[in-house]
This record gives sequence, C-alpha cells and structure tokens, in this order.
Amino acid sequence: MLSFAASASFILAAESDGYGPDLSAGGFFAETAWIMLVLPFAAFLMIVLVGKRMRGQGAELAVGAMGVNLVWASALFVQNMVEGIYREVNLVIGEIGTLGGVHLSFELGFVVDGLSIMMYWVVAFVGFLVFLYAVGYMKGDVRVSWFFASLSLFAGSMLVLVGAPNLIQLIIGWEGVGLASYLLIGHYWEHKENSDAAVKAFLTNKVADVGLILGTILVGVTLGSFRFSALNEAAAEHSETLGGVALAAGLLLFFGAMGKSAQFPLHVWLPDAMAGPTPVSALMHAATMVTAGIYLMARTFPLYHELATDARPLMVTIAVITLFVLGFLALVSDDLKRVLAYSTVSQLGYMMAAVAVGGYTAGLFHLFTHAFFKALLFLGAGSVIHAVHSNNMSDMGGLRRKMPITFWTFVIGSVSLAGVIPLAGFWSKDEILATLGHEGYTGFMWVAIAGAFVTAFYMTRAVSLTFFGTYKGHGHPHESPGLMTGPLIVLAIPSVVAGVLNIPGVSWGSIRNFTDWVGARIVPMGDYHPSAIAWDLAAYGLLAALAGIVLGWLLYSPEAETQAARDRLEIPVLYPLLRRKYYLDDLYMKGVVNPIKGPLARGVDWVNGYVIDGVVNGVGNIVAWLGAFVYGRLDQRGIDLILNAAAGGTRGAGKRLGLVQTGKVQQYAGAFVLGAVLLVVILVIST
Amino acid sequence: MVLTQFLVLGAILFALGVYGLLSRRNAVTVLLSVELMLAAVNINLVAFEAFWNTAAAHGQIFAIFVITIAAAEVGIGLAIILLVFRNRASSNIDELDLMRW
Repeated sequence: MLSFAASASFILAAESDGYGPDLSAGGFFAETAWIMLVLPFAAFLMIVLVGKRMRGQGAELAVGAMGVNLVWASALFVQNMVEGIYREVNLVIGEIGTLGGVHLSFELGFVVDGLSIMMYWVVAFVGFLVFLYAVGYMKGDVRVSWFFASLSLFAGSMLVLVGAPNLIQLIIGWEGVGLASYLLIGHYWEHKENSDAAVKAFLTNKVADVGLILGTILVGVTLGSFRFSALNEAAAEHSETLGGVALAAGLLLFFGAMGKSAQFPLHVWLPDAMAGPTPVSALMHAATMVTAGIYLMARTFPLYHELATDARPLMVTIAVITLFVLGFLALVSDDLKRVLAYSTVSQLGYMMAAVAVGGYTAGLFHLFTHAFFKALLFLGAGSVIHAVHSNNMSDMGGLRRKMPITFWTFVIGSVSLAGVIPLAGFWSKDEILATLGHEGYTGFMWVAIAGAFVTAFYMTRAVSLTFFGTYKGHGHPHESPGLMTGPLIVLAIPSVVAGVLNIPGVSWGSIRNFTDWVGARIVPMGDYHPSAIAWDLAAYGLLAALAGIVLGWLLYSPEAETQAARDRLEIPVLYPLLRRKYYLDDLYMKGVVNPIKGPLARGVDWVNGYVIDGVVNGVGNIVAWLGAFVYGRLDQRGIDLILNAAAGGTRGAGKRLGLVQTGKVQQYAGAFVLGAVLLVVILVIST
Repeated sequence: MVLTQFLVLGAILFALGVYGLLSRRNAVTVLLSVELMLAAVNINLVAFEAFWNTAAAHGQIFAIFVITIAAAEVGIGLAIILLVFRNRASSNIDELDLMRW
C-alpha cells in the first residue's frame, strides 16, 4: 500500500481533464496514448541489443512496434472524427530551478487532441508503410539492423515531439529526430559526400535550433511554465506579460521552425539529405520530420494569431519565397530524388504560408494530404532507383511498361501534387489559396498560383523523363517485389480520396470535417477556413496546374527528343543560377563555413597535435616501458626460469625411466616373479 | 591323507612353470609353461578341497573355472602367436620387442 501511495502522489502532479463543452476526455486509447511514445524506443533498444541475431535483422521488431502504434493511432483517429477529444497529462519529473525570478519545473507527458491525433496517425500510417517498404528495399544492404534501429529512434522521437504538452519535451523530440536524421542521411558513410550531407543537415538545423531554444527560454521565463496550454491561454487572453515579448518569442520559435521545415534560406540541407536511403527520404524528409516546424507553428497558433501578429508579414514572405523561388530548382535537377526534395521544400512553403496568415486548417490539411502523395512519390522513386541502380533521370526513361505499378502510383502522386481536381492535393492547395486571398495577401495568392504551375511543370518533367521515352540506363529493370509495391498501392488511395475529408460546405453525417476535428483543443482560435468552395480560385489553380502539365509534356514528351528539349531550356543567366542553387551553398561555404572552419580547424589541429597527442604519447611511452619491463625481467627471467626447470626435469626423468621399458616380456615376467617372492618373504617375516 | 605331498608336487610344478616362463625363447613353450603354473594351482585347489572335504566343493568348482579360463587363454595366445609367426616367420620371444619406448 505504501508504494502505491507514493506512486499516487506522483500522479497527483498530473492533470487529466476534458476541456470545453464539446470535447471529451477520450477513452482507453486516449488514456494509454503514451504507449505510442514509448514503444518505438523499446523497439530501438531491442534491435540494438538482439536485432542482429534475429531472422529479419530486427526489422520485424521495428515493423511490429509501428503496427501497434498504427492500431492505437487509428482508434484515436476514428474516435476523433466522431467526437472531439482533449486530454493532457503532465508528470513533474524534476526542477529546472529559478530563472529570472520564476520557478520552472521539468515536465513530461502527452497531449491527445485533434492536432496531435492527426500527427500521430500520419506518422504511424506513413511510418508503418515505409517500414514495410524498407524491409524490401534494404534487403541485403549494409547495416540493416542499425538502419531499422535508427528508424525506430526517429519514429519514437517524432511521436514524443508531436505528443509533447510543453516546449521542453518538444525540444527533446526535436533533437531526437535531428539525431535520427543525421544517422540515416549518413547511412552510407563510406562515401564522403554522404557524411558531409549528414553534417550539413545537422549543423543547419542546429543554427535554427538556437532560435527554438531561446524562444523556449523566453516563453518559460515570462509565463513560469513551458506548457503549450499555458502559452495558448495567455495568448488568447491577450496577457500583458506575454504581450511584451510575444513578437520576439514568436520570431525565435519561427526561426527554429524554419530550420526543421526547410524554409528559405535554411532549406539548403534538405536536398543534400537525399543522400540517405530512399525510405528515409520518404518518411523523414517528406512526410513527417520536416513538417515538425509547421506543427510547432500550429501548436503555438494562438500566439501568432492574437499577439505576434506583426511577425506575420515576415513569416508569409519567407514562406512564399520558399514555395515559389525554390520550386524552380526542381526544374534543373537531374537527380529524381532532388526534384522531389525541392518539391517538398516548395510544398512546405505552402503550408507555412497558410499557417502564417492564419490558415490553421488549410496549412494542416495540406500537411495531411502532402504526407500521403509525397511519401508515395518518394517510395515510387525508390522503387525506380532500386530497379535501375541510379538516382539520375538521365539513366531512366521508358520504365512505364517495365514497372506498371510503380508508374501508375507515381502518376497518381504527381497529379495529386500538381493539384488536379478531384485528387487530394487539389483540395488542400485550393484551401491555402483561398486563405491567402481572404486574409488580404492577394499578391502572394497569385504567386502561389504561379507556384502551382511550376509544381505541375516539374512533376510532368520528372514523370516524362523517368517513365516515357526510351530506357537509357544499364541492365534490365523490372518491377519491385510486393513488399515495395504494396505500400505504393496503399498510399495511392489517400492520395486520391483524402480531399473529401475537408471539402468546404460538405459534411458526411456523423463524421466531422477535418476543420472540426483538427481544431479540437483547449483554446478557441478563430482561424479562417473557407465555408464554401471558391470556384473562381479553384479554376485559376486548376488552370495553372493543367498549363504546367501541358507545357511540361510539350517540352519533355518523348517525341521532343528529350535531350535537345532540355538544352533549349538552358537559358544563359537563369540556368546557371538555378544549377548553382542561387549560389546559396557557395555563399554559406565561402561566407560562413570556411572562415569558421579554417581557424577552428587549425586551432583544433594545434590542440590535437601538441596537447592531446602529447598526453597520448606520454601514456603510450609509459605503457611501452612497463610492457618492456614486465616482458624482459619478470617474464623472460623469472617465470620462464621456473617453467624451463620443470620441463627439463620431466624430460630427464623420462629419458632415464624409459630405459626400463625394454619390450622383452620375459624381463617383465622376471620382475613380476621377483616382486611376488619379495612379497611372500615380507609376509613370512612379518608373521 | 597327507596334504604335504600334494603341495610339494604343486610347488615343484609351479617352479618348473616359472623357470620355463623366464628361460624359454620359443613363444609356444612359454605358453606351455604358463599352463604348467595353472595346473600347479589346480592341484593345490583340489588337494585343499579333498583335505577339508567341504560340502560345497568350492575348490573343485574353482579348479574347473581355472581350466576354462586357461583354455580360453591358450586359444587367444596361440592365435596371436600364429599371426605373429605368419608376419615375421619367427616365434622367438626375444625378437618381439616392439612395445617399448
């Protein structure tokens, strides 16, 4: 009973209540949602410990953990579609201390609300399919066990991130996914450029993380709590204390989000991150991890909506630059995965633009649909790469008939991404356009429509160069195994139909709209979401997409002699500008990395050469002298002496005694008789 | 009945056997000497049995056992000698000194 009381007092520090009139506290699955946060870590540890000895090298553990997570997330997802859920559990783990006169405690816990349920489900659903796909993709590859361990580490960190009820836990998950990203981008570290890409991703994110951490400290010191609920309530009440620092805190948190969600100009790591295995690109660098920044903006949405409104113009400008300017880079890349990576950057710009101007639902809905079709596109690209053993579209072409499943699912993903009615991408992109227009950013709305044209254009180019024309690579590519095409087919379904979840003005009986269930949270937000379809906007978006497809097809169709058509596109100034990625990488290398790296490297080299090497050599010399002493004196002269004496004695005795054994039976018999006689004599004498 | 005469006979016979065992060079003769020693032991056994005259007749039974064992031993011994002779065309026991260090 005593121990029970102790643990009960521990839970006393936790709160677990339903909020609001139409929100329930949820049932069994909401109470036990923490299992989702813990299970992948357990899988990670198990794979590290025993994975290599298992038949599937530990992949079955990772897939199994994700499968259980999918069950949990799906149960919550379905329940949340019918009734809104809110549950928040905070456990006080320890004290951080008193900072600026405010007492702060370190808490861990989990949130179950519309936003986190949506993220749980996307991570679990896409994650489960990608894990399955990876079993086929990574078969016979290097370090399979460690690969799945890292994937599990990522899934656990991502769920900790989206389930976090406070900023500190969010940072823990945030850094966890960064670490997993680093490990997986550098999975093939034997090649220098891959480990360079991993370091680049890690360092770029670290630059942004400074903003996140400073913003967190600022919020914590101002409010005395790191909880999102405290932050959002204070923002909704227009709290005076928070009001003073709201703009600074908002911009700092946004800077953190810019790194993870690859916003201009911190996007440079994402295309390089394609050095990782393709399932990693699909799961982390398209569907889930890079949306963490959007998630953070959505989680702290009231802060931007009520107090930090001045931050909005800057945020939306960066987002629109990201979505439009960086989309062009996808036009010149020959690497299929890099095309998709720039497309991801551009789509993240759409999401960020929507959230920045107040389109909470629109941004999250695009996050939701984008996760499906972009994961589908990456897995399709992985299927092609697996078949032709090259990332370059110049080694592909004509794969339409050889890989029909991959081809059709890839086309579905591309059309959905391009935003063609009635596929999922159309509805979510249309909602973003409507939000931009409604909030008065008409100019940016037209830029976003132009971005839709670019999107459709580069996707048509990618499809044409990969699947049409004649095959330009080596070997005989064939369709991937069922373990890889299965996830493609499954992902194609939501890529087509997910849009129906949030068609403005359309409802499906007791199943609520995406707008309603993703908005289930404590603090009402008053965000904008269209109540009816804006047909004129939809028509512009659709026209832009169709124009992009038509133009792309005209330029890159197999009849246009692909290579020549591409040469015609090499416009003098623009083409080199795009090929060099707007010279941003050069700027960073020459302006930031080299000035720091040179002196730093020399300094570290000096410390290494004179300080560390000195210590190491000193220790080495002592050990070498000790070894020589032990060998020369103790071993050779001490121990060996005893051993040699023993051996010599035995050998001498053997030599002398051996003479007795003559092999003559009668001598033995004589000795025997003599012995018997001697015994008799002793017997007679003694009695 | 006088026991001594039989025991003297057994002792002489045993001594002859020992002598033959140690001095003879022919393996067959050596084997015969062993038989002689066994016969001496049998005489002793039977003599003691007759002297004590027990109902269980342990001495006689034991003598029969010894004869049986001797027969088996001679069978194996002669077979070995025969094989050795075939291999080396000799049954001289001095030449059979392979079993030494």
